[in-house]
Amino acid sequence: MASFLDRLFGKSTSSAVQAKERLHLVLVHDRTDLSPEDLKSLKDRLIQVISEYVEINAADTEIQIQVEGREQTLIANIPLQSPRLRRR
Amino acid sequence: MNGRVVTITSGKGGVGKTTTTANLGLALASLGQNVVCIDTDIGLRNLDVVMGLENRIVYDLVDAVEGNCRLTQAMIRDRRYANLHLIPAAQTRDKSAIAPSDMVRLCNELRPEVDWVIIDSPAGIERGFRNALAPADEVLVITNPEVSSVRDADRIIGLVEADEKAPAKLVINRINPGMVKRGDMLSASDVVDLLAIPLIGIVPEDESVLVSTNHGQPVVLNDKSKAGTAFLNIARRLMGEDVPLMVLDEKEGLLMRLGKLFSGGS
Repeated sequence: MASFLDRLFGKSTSSAVQAKERLHLVLVHDRTDLSPEDLKSLKDRLIQVISEYVEINAADTEIQIQVEGREQTLIANIPLQSPRLRRR
Repeated sequence: MNGRVVTITSGKGGVGKTTTTANLGLALASLGQNVVCIDTDIGLRNLDVVMGLENRIVYDLVDAVEGNCRLTQAMIRDRRYANLHLIPAAQTRDKSAIAPSDMVRLCNELRPEVDWVIIDSPAGIERGFRNALAPADEVLVITNPEVSSVRDADRIIGLVEADEKAPAKLVINRINPGMVKRGDMLSASDVVDLLAIPLIGIVPEDESVLVSTNHGQPVVLNDKSKAGTAFLNIARRLMGEDVPLMVLDEKEGLLMRLGKLFSGGS
């Protein structure tokens, strides 16, 4: 009964949902041999390199691996700094 | 004849490779096909006991590869179907006793004589797995709806891809419809979403698998068993027949719910 009420009020996620979410993350990193730390350092270096050419909004920059079937794509979303806030 | 070589593998141990191999072998034989099953788990042979043929072994796979006997001498004829044979693994050697090229040669020798060669792969991703994969025309990856076997299956699927084989097909074994319904087990579609390869069969958890294996009579011989029917369906799909996936146990779900109602249950 408790678990039914929990589900009704959205208090807990079922164990199968948890298993699926955890597996999804593990498989992405297993397939690419890229750990979350690797991805973080890739992002930091990317920001550094791109900043040498154009002013970007580093805080909102995102990098992630998108999964489509067994194909994986590295997606980088790098907003440029809006002209008003530009330094010069 | 131009036999197809199907390798049954999983990465993780204990998910049902040997059970699947034995049942597909018997199912295909019952459909009139000429079948040879090969146990490549050298040092840990089991396909012989699961098929109930353990008392008939004289020569084994390593004997055949090393030329201690003719290939036909290592082929044990099944007691139920004369068109089904088993080449057992050697028990006192290890995986390095044969090489992937030996398996390719052996399967090329068998292909003209049979419709199907079904290879039972050992667990793991090392030499034994390589031996089983090398001659495969088709690979079936067995998994259970559970995190560790799904993760290992994904690894195996990647290795099959890297070997430029045709995409592996998925068998989800030991699914418990009641637990799926309660949200406590990954559903078949969850597993297919994660692994993203074609599904060739779903086998429900079924006590009769163990009982029939105790007797050395693979469950597919028991036409009242759901798991047996599921294995037979996979065999028919391998043969190109379009067999719809089994609807898993609405009735048991209802009975269980009624049971809960009467036990005043949570």
